[in-house]
Amino acid sequence: MGHSLSRGSAERPGPGSGVRSLLHQPRGKPYMYRIRVSGCIAFEFPDRQGAFFTLYLLFVAGLLGITVTGDLFNLYVLLEVTSLTGYALIALGRNPAAPLASLHYLLLGTIGASFYLLGIGYLYILTGSLTMGDMADILTRMDPSIAVLVAFLLCMAGVWIKMAFFPLHVWLPNAYTLAPCASSSLLAPLMTKVMVYVMIRLILSVFSPDFVYRAMDLAPFVVWMSVLAILAGGVLALSQKNVKRMLCYVLISEIGYMAGGVWLGNRAGMTGAILHILNDAVMTLCLFLVINNVFYRRRNLDLEGFRGLSRSMPFTTAAMVTGALSFIGVPPTCGFFSKWYLLTGALQAGHYMFMAALLISSLINAVLFFRIIEAAYFESGTGEDGQEPAQGIQEAPMDMLVPLLVTAVGTVIVGLYTGDIVTLFIERVIPRGFT
Amino acid sequence: MDELFSIRPLLAILVSAAAVPFIMWSRRPNVREFWTFSAAAVKLGIVFSLLPMVLAGKRPSLVLAHVLPGLPLALRVDAMGLLFALVSSSLWIVTSAYSIGYMRGLDEHSQTRYFCFFALALSATVGVAFSANLLTLYLFYEMLSFATYPLVTHHQDHEARRSGRKYLAYIVGGSVGLVLPAMVVCYLTTGTLEFTAQGFLAGHIDRQTAWLLGLLFVFGLAKAAVMPFHAWLPAAMVAPTPVSALLHAVAVVKVGAFSIFRVLTGVFGVDFLGRCGLDILVGVLASITIVTASLMALSQDGLKRRLAFSTIGQLSYIVLGAALLVPKGLTGGLLHIAMHAFGKITLFFCAGAIFVATGLKNISDMKGLGRRMPLTMGAFLVGSLGVIGLPPAGGFLSKWNLLLGTLEAHQIGFLVVLLVSSLLNAAYFLPIVYNAFFAPPATTGASSEVHEAPAWCLAAILVTGTCSLVLFFHPWPFMDLALLAVTQITGR
Repeated sequence: MGHSLSRGSAERPGPGSGVRSLLHQPRGKPYMYRIRVSGCIAFEFPDRQGAFFTLYLLFVAGLLGITVTGDLFNLYVLLEVTSLTGYALIALGRNPAAPLASLHYLLLGTIGASFYLLGIGYLYILTGSLTMGDMADILTRMDPSIAVLVAFLLCMAGVWIKMAFFPLHVWLPNAYTLAPCASSSLLAPLMTKVMVYVMIRLILSVFSPDFVYRAMDLAPFVVWMSVLAILAGGVLALSQKNVKRMLCYVLISEIGYMAGGVWLGNRAGMTGAILHILNDAVMTLCLFLVINNVFYRRRNLDLEGFRGLSRSMPFTTAAMVTGALSFIGVPPTCGFFSKWYLLTGALQAGHYMFMAALLISSLINAVLFFRIIEAAYFESGTGEDGQEPAQGIQEAPMDMLVPLLVTAVGTVIVGLYTGDIVTLFIERVIPRGFT
Repeated sequence: MDELFSIRPLLAILVSAAAVPFIMWSRRPNVREFWTFSAAAVKLGIVFSLLPMVLAGKRPSLVLAHVLPGLPLALRVDAMGLLFALVSSSLWIVTSAYSIGYMRGLDEHSQTRYFCFFALALSATVGVAFSANLLTLYLFYEMLSFATYPLVTHHQDHEARRSGRKYLAYIVGGSVGLVLPAMVVCYLTTGTLEFTAQGFLAGHIDRQTAWLLGLLFVFGLAKAAVMPFHAWLPAAMVAPTPVSALLHAVAVVKVGAFSIFRVLTGVFGVDFLGRCGLDILVGVLASITIVTASLMALSQDGLKRRLAFSTIGQLSYIVLGAALLVPKGLTGGLLHIAMHAFGKITLFFCAGAIFVATGLKNISDMKGLGRRMPLTMGAFLVGSLGVIGLPPAGGFLSKWNLLLGTLEAHQIGFLVVLLVSSLLNAAYFLPIVYNAFFAPPATTGASSEVHEAPAWCLAAILVTGTCSLVLFFHPWPFMDLALLAVTQITGR
């Protein structure tokens, strides 16, 4: 499989290059994240810092590889690089249950990867190529056959497992909750989102939108699945006591947003989904960094750990409120704007259930986060030892706080620049004929 | 209509938000209050400096960011917005003075946080007033909801928590659950959300959709407390009284009424409303609220709760004014934003002053209070007259215009509603005043010496009470602005 990595991206301008640049955008984020992490890994795994940073670099390299490659098999390889480092990052901490969660993730992740590989195998047999551009050309000239359909479905099944699309999400809550904080705040904003990117890439650049949305009756079914994902994610989140686990279920609900947006099959929905990749990454990062800071000071991520937070950690609380508002979808935070596009897309497609699910999810998020905010604001907190009431301000160290505040401000900045992000990047991604 | 590029609307909004860091990092309370007053004065100054331009028919406007295609975050000051901004920014100064007296008099905790969020809430209020399109309005509307949450729940006890929950459930539930989808529908059918004379929906949607959207907006903008979305308002009265005064008589609820007024006139447009019969629907909803709220106010013994139900009723006057669709009705509705604000804030200030000075909360305990607090109860009388709509208080002018509007629109039913409501208003306010001055004191042991509230409180009460009277004789600039706003709304 000697296809060069650069070929696709170098020779094929037009659709796709924008998605890449968009996903390159958060490239600053791992950097920012690195500064931030140095504070918290010191106490999470002081003896394994070298291992952590090695894995971290490999993970980011894998992610960037996925977004630049123009070759389906290379994509698989890079996906595995990312996933394997991800498994290791999860198992790195001291939590005794983390390795088991990681193994669970590894088994399911490998099944997903195998599905994807199988799909690629079909496509290779059909077209004799592995380059996305060539394959797209050949597939449009071919008559749609059952084999193409099967290949497509296999690829999708693999991608859906890896992106934790309900009900294929079972690996995610345990893996992310039990992972050390440093790892989960790296994985959560990026790993599932990159799979959404792969899904969009497959639909737009390999199989044509015509084939995906019109030759099959799959689209309405997937949108319904997204509705389920959104609602189930919300309801499951409501039943969690641990805030980190709750966030994981919110994440599953957000995956539903993006999957639904993609499969609405119209321009607004697709715009919303792509925009939400960025927005969701920013706001998830924001809240996971909040989790880190709280864990650093309180060592307790249950709702009780957030008691009195507004007094002892006012800046972290402010950042948490900003992130929460973004999840609820309050303008001018970025969460509002992608939701706006998704709502428009849902209405245009006449899919009222998806629209309702988005609104209900906003309200569920409001309940979820205001539960935490109430605990932070109304109840008196406990100090570091868990007994004495906290006295005075006990913020996280500067190197943990500054990146968090930057991310929190970022949710607003990204929101205000929605217009530019859409016209400069997303508009160029979506083929012109795609309405 | 000539639009005029101007950065002043943005400055007017930002000045109070910009004061927040200064308020936060002031070590001494006096310095902190200095910043509040400076911000309030600068804000009022900027708003006032817009007045000549607006009265000359210009509309200062500014685009902040292009966030969605055809849908920027934009500000535009027209007569209607300026009227509301003037009311809220002038009353902010008075309320700040009152807050100092009240918060220090009761030795409240977290005063810094209180003043910070107060400043933020004022930013959002003026933002709503100056919004050029529905998206911008929605942004500031939501910002106000969240900025006022810490104020409503200031006491941080169990009751505050419950009320805060109710407050957010109604307000955010309404705005996310009802207004947001309505906005998306409007945007999809027309491609714009910009407020224009006679609205932008006409010709794009049919009658049923119009009715649906109308209901979504009227109920979804729950800050206006149109029944049955009113229950948050009495609950939110757990807040400290200055919060209730400014936010629940002026800023928050008026933002709701103003938003409904704006949506009805700038999104639907008065002609289109009349064509699809939506005016009658909204008018009936408002009428039901007016009468029911007044009846409920009669049975309340807590003074603040009675005022809260009175507010619910009075807000629907404004909505009814918009639903009358005729110039007189619109003028009356807009004037009522200002007149009711001055009257009701006086009443709330009085309630707070009574609480600070005597600790009394219930009306039944306030007999004979007029001898101990003559100035306060005198101001209470003036405020009551304003809310009932009797001369010589400013409230008469707005109610007079509303009554003329019902006649002009040939809506005798609404005329009856307004008259009945006035009687009910008199029935629930005047006995308080009568008992205060003429009934023997409820508790025999109470001293009959004059014992007024702290000077800061008293000064604020006298200022708003006097304003309420002066507005009857000189309703400038509110009358000019209201009349100009009506021509801008109708485009005629």
